[in-house]
Amino acid sequence: MHISNGIIDGPVAAVFAALALAALTVCVLRGRRDLDDRLAPMAGLVAAFIFAVQMLNFPIFTAGVSGHLLGGALAAMLVGPWVGALCVAVVLVVQALIFGDGGVAMLGLNITNMALLGTAVAYVLIAVLLRVLPRTRAGLAVTAFVAAMISVVVASQGFVLEYWLGGTTDLGNNLGGLAGTMAGVHLLIGIGEGLITATTVLTVAKVRPDLVYALRSLPTPVAPAVPVAGGAR
Amino acid sequence: MKNRSWAFLAGGLLVALLLAGVVSNYASSHPDGLDSSLLKGCTVDADDNIVGGSCPAQQARDHELADSPLADYGVRGVQNSFVSTGLSGVLGVLVTFAIGAGGFWLLRRRDTTPTDGSTPTDGTTPTDGTTPAEGDAATSTDERRHADANG
Repeated sequence: MHISNGIIDGPVAAVFAALALAALTVCVLRGRRDLDDRLAPMAGLVAAFIFAVQMLNFPIFTAGVSGHLLGGALAAMLVGPWVGALCVAVVLVVQALIFGDGGVAMLGLNITNMALLGTAVAYVLIAVLLRVLPRTRAGLAVTAFVAAMISVVVASQGFVLEYWLGGTTDLGNNLGGLAGTMAGVHLLIGIGEGLITATTVLTVAKVRPDLVYALRSLPTPVAPAVPVAGGAR
Repeated sequence: MKNRSWAFLAGGLLVALLLAGVVSNYASSHPDGLDSSLLKGCTVDADDNIVGGSCPAQQARDHELADSPLADYGVRGVQNSFVSTGLSGVLGVLVTFAIGAGGFWLLRRRDTTPTDGSTPTDGTTPTDGTTPAEGDAATSTDERRHADANG
């Protein structure tokens, strides 16, 4: 979902660059609280893994269209929303500055959609779903899948908003058409994102459950108060 | 970090290197969801090049760094496309890991809260900007003076 140069005009791109920089600064400040000696290298691994999987464009049911992981939901699951957004941003910066993927002038827009919007939406959904769904592997899988899928669709609508503000082609009154096309295609891509995210999170949760950030913030399911109260009598 | 964490880190990196270095060659080369949405209104040939019509994608301009040696996920000068894509993927994973892990390591919080009960002898706690050692010394000297004055 990387925007190429020339698609959004310069002033709007500059505004979003400033917006993204401010938001990433907040992420650095808040993320520092989460970053300890153990999380720091893990966050580096999450960024490297997202870079790798973003290279793997998969076909979707519509002919001639592919999609790839954005990674916001995966990062939010594994390292939390603040550090997670920074992980995706690192990937986008490397892609723009070294691999010519996504215009450098469009970096603020791309960071806004994929790193900020995608991760934020995913984390809100993760926080809600993990409390509502049963605390099982199936519950974790559904959480990862749904959060990932919806975050991709919302990120695609971030682009539609940006296009409405500064798109270089006058669509007339057909912005709704673009929004519908983007949402439909990214719902299908979101299924792929959901499957990849759920598979990865389940694997990490099986090997090292203590490395899944989203599971750490949950209250422990054991209720130690009961035997203590019984013993006190 | 414990050995188990190092093993997880090494295993994860290996998976990422395999995905970017090998599996990436089997990725779909069709335009992604965003690019294909911007092609609406245009007709494209078998290689997804625009051959007619009018669509937002026609406004696309060249990337600032289109001449980068790793542009478009290939290594310039490497003829074999399988090797070129794979090598660029491996380099990308390593660079992303280096920047990510290095940056996060520098950002990490370094609170020296003693867990073993021993107080740091120099008395400095990096969490607040003051230097408690000097502060304490000054306070105690002041208190001593007060005590002397009162006595």
